[in-house]
Amino acid sequence: MARIGVFICHCGENISATVDCPKVSEVAAKFPGVAFSTDYKYMCSDPGQSLVVNAIKEHKLTGIVVSACSPRMHEPTFRRACAEGGLNPYQCEMANIREHCSWVHEKGDKTDQKAIDIVRMMVEKVKRNNALLPIKVPVTKTALVIGGGVAGIQAALDIANAGHKVIMVERDPSIGGHMSQLSETFPTLDCSQCILTPRMVEVAQNPNIKLYTYAEIESVEGFVGNFNVKIRKKAKSVDETLCNGCGMCTTKCPNKKNPNEFELGMGNRPAIYVPFPQAVPNIPVIDKTQCTYYKNGKCKICEKVCQPKAIRFDQEDEIIEVAVGAIALCTGFDIKKTDFFPEYGYGKYKDIIDGLQFERLASASGPTSGEIRRPSDGQVPKKIVFVACAGSRDPAKGIEYCSKICCMYTAKHAILYKHKVHDGQAYIFYMDIRAAGKNYDEFTRRAIEEDQAQYIRGRVSRIYERDGKLIVVGADTLMNAQTVEIEADMVVLATAGVANKGAEELAQKLHVSYDQHKFFSEAHPKLKPVETNTAGIYLAGACQSPKDIPESVAAASGVAGKIACLFANSELTREPLIAMVDRQAPPMYSSCTGCFLCQPVCPYNAIEREEVKDRNGNLVRELAFINPGLCQGCGTCVAVCKSKSIDIEGYTNLQMYAEVDALLNS
Amino acid sequence: MSEFEPKIVAFVCNWCTYAGADLTGTSRIKYATNVRIVRFPCTGRIDYMLLTKAFASGADGIIVSGCHPNDCHYTSGNFHARRRWMVFKKLCDFMGIDTRRIVFSWVSAAEGVKWADIVNTTVEEVRKLGPYESYHKLSTQDILA
Ligand SMILES: Cc1cc2nc3c(=O)[nH]c(=O)nc-3n(C[C@H](O)[C@H](O)[C@H](O)COP(=O)(O)OP(=O)(O)OC[C@H]3O[C@@H](n4cnc5c(N)ncnc54)[C@H](O)[C@@H]3O)c2cc1C
Repeated sequence: MARIGVFICHCGENISATVDCPKVSEVAAKFPGVAFSTDYKYMCSDPGQSLVVNAIKEHKLTGIVVSACSPRMHEPTFRRACAEGGLNPYQCEMANIREHCSWVHEKGDKTDQKAIDIVRMMVEKVKRNNALLPIKVPVTKTALVIGGGVAGIQAALDIANAGHKVIMVERDPSIGGHMSQLSETFPTLDCSQCILTPRMVEVAQNPNIKLYTYAEIESVEGFVGNFNVKIRKKAKSVDETLCNGCGMCTTKCPNKKNPNEFELGMGNRPAIYVPFPQAVPNIPVIDKTQCTYYKNGKCKICEKVCQPKAIRFDQEDEIIEVAVGAIALCTGFDIKKTDFFPEYGYGKYKDIIDGLQFERLASASGPTSGEIRRPSDGQVPKKIVFVACAGSRDPAKGIEYCSKICCMYTAKHAILYKHKVHDGQAYIFYMDIRAAGKNYDEFTRRAIEEDQAQYIRGRVSRIYERDGKLIVVGADTLMNAQTVEIEADMVVLATAGVANKGAEELAQKLHVSYDQHKFFSEAHPKLKPVETNTAGIYLAGACQSPKDIPESVAAASGVAGKIACLFANSELTREPLIAMVDRQAPPMYSSCTGCFLCQPVCPYNAIEREEVKDRNGNLVRELAFINPGLCQGCGTCVAVCKSKSIDIEGYTNLQMYAEVDALLNS
Repeated sequence: MSEFEPKIVAFVCNWCTYAGADLTGTSRIKYATNVRIVRFPCTGRIDYMLLTKAFASGADGIIVSGCHPNDCHYTSGNFHARRRWMVFKKLCDFMGIDTRRIVFSWVSAAEGVKWADIVNTTVEEVRKLGPYESYHKLSTQDILA
């Protein structure tokens, strides 16, 4: 006979404010099979857990139902308590009366009844729980870092320095990410390249790190500790083992008029190119869409001038398979381009640029060697307007969030502008100045007080051209919403930070969640900020939401710490909530009919054919067998099995039918 | 007589919709109390016979919800669920089971608001349809007779 214990948690007031906990406990005490029922202020606290442990011993309980928060919160806690009380940890179920009840309903009878129903349902389920043993799996102590921006670089270096192998996959020909495009960085104004380049070189030289650039993730299979990853190494048309980075090919390439991505179109590059001088690795790639040879079958000048004979026109994409134990997602972000804004001319005015383009203009290594000159005619702009929140915090544009970095970099831009154009005047249209961070407010004040940036609180409704000037029309909300018109020489839009290209596809390959804006989701907004919902996959940097450098680096070190913890063990224990095919002794009598409908629906190829032979070794029949090492417990095979011969622990047919039955037959 | 309160059962997957419903809670968004959630690892696990079981046990409406297409934690469970649902729906229509009472949807872990909306609209739709007396009577009468 089942002897179930029911433990109703008040969660301080979180549950008890809307659910009558003593009443629920009283009613639950009368459910068939319930031997003990009580309520308590904080079941997850030490005394709360002791209460559970003691009740199990004292009342000789065979299973427990903890009615409290979501199982996603405290199931592990109470499984441990269950084990401490001497039961199998899987004889525990959580009745979610907080997230699914007290927090979403008003106080009243209906809410109490719902809580009672949820408890009854879990009591019926737990009566049918099986004792299970955790599954042990080995851990491959190699980490995969996807994305080589500052976040990926930090994560890779930290993991490598902890003594583990790292594989880094970067989509572009060089690592560095957006930080390599920045001029100087807030709030200290240190040169971005100067602080980043040494770290990029460290990645290339660290013996624990294997770097694949111009590469992307093809597919990911497996689970925590045991992922199998296919990497597509795109053809660079250059043999990396031979190339010595002399640069002859890029200087001699006659096809030089291709838009330079690194300079955001404000300059040209040859068809064979290294994205920027400090690139790591310093190995060029041929842009097949632009190269004369690939287009017309003639030229091959790069091949002729290459002394080490490294040019390979026939090189093809290569698929590399690696085994890793953990994955760090560091694929960063992107920004909206000026063509996103109809009110600012859809990108048709050359002198309206975005923030990254301004970074390139201000950068000593940029297209103007660090002089602020407008793209249309190369003149130095004497009046410049910065538009903050271009697209951000604008539900009409589908971007309701704050992009977080723009207030700071716009202040930085105004400062840099003043340092370079002493007689120039900067105007900044803004909604609020958000400068929360160490030395951040001081920085924006510096822009206003020392560098005379004129802040105008209001939005810009329109920008158009008149007599070679850009007319910026906005409102000053601190001056009775008066219309302001500024005749500017140049305009910089601090465009919204958005998810990177391909983020959605990548998330789908890795089975991690993402939000409506395609930023990757963390497992818990407060307590698991660097974990994803998929065990063994972590995230750092701006792929999660717009972040500045200090935040991205902190998150990356957090990920490295998590991965080092994971790698501290040579074995992992995995939840034994997996499917199995009915087996009798002898297996001959299994109810499995051997139709193998289950095989094609299994996403993990976990279902094998087991041969049952007689004593002479003749095949008698074939049965499905589920490899417990591969099964991840989705249960799709259970639902397709025609003879109901497959069941899944934790969600068995008995449990689910009992739950449904209990729910409604009150 | 008090207003008819439909009984709704929701069969949801652990990774998207269950988490989405958790988010509704964390965000303190209020919705109708009529729904009872049954958690599955994946919508692919849902055996549609459970739906008829739920009707037989007194449900007036059912929600089945999992991850959006392509977002399944297990790659493809939601696609199998959708396919089997299409077949099952045809069968229901053939047999005369009222499929207006079954709502099939996708709610991701980030869609707390959507979850509340789906519950509220389902409750209202089913309220309009009235109690599923014909099914309830059918199953009990036949067994008790
Ligand atoms: C105009 C501007 C000015 C800024 N100024 C400052 C400043 O002064 N101070 C400051 O602290 N912050 C500043 N920032 C913010 C800073 O750029 C970011 O915090 C930082 O770049 C985030 O680093 P990350 O590594 O997360 O992402 P990223 O820098 O975006 O790097 C991501 C990397 O991943 C790669 N990648 C993407 N997808 C894939 C894929 N599918 N497979 C493989 N690789 C992939 C990309 O090629 C890239 O190399 C500024 C941002 C902007 C737009």
